[in-house]
Amino acid sequence: MLSRTADHLFWMSRYTERAENTARMLDVNYQTSLLPQSDAVALVGWQGLLSISELASVYKAKHGEIHVRDVMDFMVKDESNPSSIVSCLNAARENARAVRGTLTTEVWETQNQTWLEVRRMIKAGEFERDPAQFFEWVKFRSHLSRGVTLGTMLMDEALYFMRLGTFLERADNTARLVDVKFHAVQSDFYGAASEKDQEYDFYHWSAILRSVSGFEVYRKVYRDVIRPERVAELLILRPDMPRSLHASLNEVVKNLALVANDQSGETHRRAGKLCAELKYGRIDEILATGLHAYLTQFLDRVNDLGMHISRDFLVPSAA
Amino acid sequence: MLKFDEMYTRLPYEFFTHGAQIRDHYKIYDEWLARQPGDMMAKRREEAEMIFRRVGITFAVYGEKDEEGAGAERLIPFDLIPRIIPANEWSFLERGLVQRVSALNRFVHDVYHDQEIIKAGVVPSDQVLGNAQFRPEMMGVSVPNNIYSHISGIDIVRAPNAKGEGEYFVLEDNLRVPSGVSYMLEDRKMMMRLFPALFNAHRVAPIAHYPDLLLETLRASSPATTAEPTVVVLTPGMHNSAYFEHAFLAQQMGIELVEGQDLFVRDNFCYMRTTRGPKRVDVIYRRVDDDFLDPKVFQPTSTLGCAGLIDVYRAGNVSICNAVGTGVADDKSIYAYVPKMIEFYLGEKPILNNVPTYLCRNPDDLAYTLAHMKDLVVKEVHGAGGYGMLVGPAATKAEIEDFRKAVLANPGGYIAQPTLSLSSCPTFVESGIAPRHIDLRPYVLSGKTVQMVPGGLTRVALKDGSLVVNSSQGGGTKDTWVLENGVPPAATPGQTQKQSTEGEM
Repeated sequence: MLSRTADHLFWMSRYTERAENTARMLDVNYQTSLLPQSDAVALVGWQGLLSISELASVYKAKHGEIHVRDVMDFMVKDESNPSSIVSCLNAARENARAVRGTLTTEVWETQNQTWLEVRRMIKAGEFERDPAQFFEWVKFRSHLSRGVTLGTMLMDEALYFMRLGTFLERADNTARLVDVKFHAVQSDFYGAASEKDQEYDFYHWSAILRSVSGFEVYRKVYRDVIRPERVAELLILRPDMPRSLHASLNEVVKNLALVANDQSGETHRRAGKLCAELKYGRIDEILATGLHAYLTQFLDRVNDLGMHISRDFLVPSAA
Repeated sequence: MLKFDEMYTRLPYEFFTHGAQIRDHYKIYDEWLARQPGDMMAKRREEAEMIFRRVGITFAVYGEKDEEGAGAERLIPFDLIPRIIPANEWSFLERGLVQRVSALNRFVHDVYHDQEIIKAGVVPSDQVLGNAQFRPEMMGVSVPNNIYSHISGIDIVRAPNAKGEGEYFVLEDNLRVPSGVSYMLEDRKMMMRLFPALFNAHRVAPIAHYPDLLLETLRASSPATTAEPTVVVLTPGMHNSAYFEHAFLAQQMGIELVEGQDLFVRDNFCYMRTTRGPKRVDVIYRRVDDDFLDPKVFQPTSTLGCAGLIDVYRAGNVSICNAVGTGVADDKSIYAYVPKMIEFYLGEKPILNNVPTYLCRNPDDLAYTLAHMKDLVVKEVHGAGGYGMLVGPAATKAEIEDFRKAVLANPGGYIAQPTLSLSSCPTFVESGIAPRHIDLRPYVLSGKTVQMVPGGLTRVALKDGSLVVNSSQGGGTKDTWVLENGVPPAATPGQTQKQSTEGEM
């Protein structure tokens, strides 16, 4: 398949997945903000959200102080913010439009319909009227997009590059989420030294779990009260948790093998190595070395994989 | 002035006359229409628009922005009332089109080889060699099957002839990159979806196999060296106004849609960049103008083509469809000579006539044109898309004066034609059903044989009285039905095993 086509498919999926994850994080923050909490705690939540996307400084330059309304607008409908939900859905649709002939009619129409709808909803003020409903809608459009893709696309390269995009993006997004949320815990508000009541922690951890649809999963897997190290284990190491780093990397490795070409050996090796470390890793070891350090190098390696995939398949420099 | 309508025998329309004024091939449609509830058309139109938008059947309007500042994507207006052509009229048209396109291909071949038609004095030498679309790079270059215009869009109008009878005339030949065929196909799909019962009641000749014929034509045009040619569609990209069509055709044919950046030349062959390394390309169905095909030969700043492509082409290692240099045969001053070409190359009388044309390069014709500007349609020889033309009867004094100056400054750049009374067809507009002027563009495919699907794209000027049907100028489209002879399927016994759609219709 054309390298340019593969590139558009890969990024179409990445942007769709990114829109979904942004909606998930915003939703969790929004839900949490409805709970009784101090202003300072709320502030950390929104700050964390901006730093997940490395947007804190851009936001500050534009809006100054953190206000819930501003952050939500910035992350949802600000088209000058390339990570906003609207920007991601625009980018996904533009990529789809560039290769619409490669997509099944259903996949293309799903992307196009999402784009038409989001523009209409924003214009009609539906997001402001009911943010939770809006986030739910974004999530479900992403579910639909993935389902339509799996249900209608020929199982060939086009599909593999789309899957590659989805899971590379998911690995990145989940790692960022875990990093920021655990970082918040270790900061002044939740520090292990300070006495925090159990109840408060419960809401914090359950919010993280809910943001990755992992609350029920946690209960089922651990049959125990919610403990931070187990939340971390679930989201990083469990191969059966669909949004975990391990599960995402499994898919990356699998799809890389399916599209392998003469020059992709090194990329495949690096992905395989990263995946093996997740497979044989233990949460106590990770926590001992420091979660933040661990996730930082993980994100670097995911980024490195993205560049290698681009070089090997999507934008080959050699004529 | 005499006026012809496709459905009614006289104008203005008188509704509910129980078919008294209805031409025979519209009788079933008329009876069906009379049975419909009053708001049916408006509802169906809403439904059609919703579907077109969801499917993304849009065209970009150059220079326009929507209210959010994004590039404007507009729906092409689609009219719900079909243009119906009876079988005998179509078979006449088809014969005429095959003849005309065959002669045009002979002409292009001749121009780039022995130039016999010039030597014989049939077409003046400067008209050909001095034409901006003449490509000296093509001299002596052989192309497969000697076919240059693989896809020809021939614009046809129906108008009164000297005897006062309705006659099909050729208005224009489009031999470079004629567009619109995707609308022909999508309009049919839409009509079958909105009005299934109508297709039960008529024998409408199918057209959905057009992409198959197109692929067959393109494969037949591949260089002799390949048994299994790789065919691609070359598009300028998604910001081009016809991008939907490029993507649509590539998908329907199951071939790659490439942009210039995807192609490169090595060792005198053309390749595309794929995820598994370079892959050779044998046939390029290009939707990019000659000027942009190869920066080494034509526009040096073009990024839409591929550097070195023309060398590969001249070596016979890749086919380009339509060929480079077909423009020499489709401008409006060469148009006047096509009937003579038919006689010269084929030894036949033209089946389809031209519209009478005054070439302003001839002093007599120029004088006539200048004296009658308010009655004539004056066109730039190289104009397209409804731009660069003056419709005399609809123009203001100032517009006529401006055009007169332009013609005087460069007479060779203009032709003039009498204002034709294009036939009208009932069209659903704001005020209800009213006559609007239409034309017809059949798509003629030339490979090993010359063939086409029945019908073509009917374009309709939606503004009352307007004669300009181009989509860039507020024109719309209609589904075009060529009726087959015989009994409609609904009247055939044994075809009743379907859920009743009558309740809805």
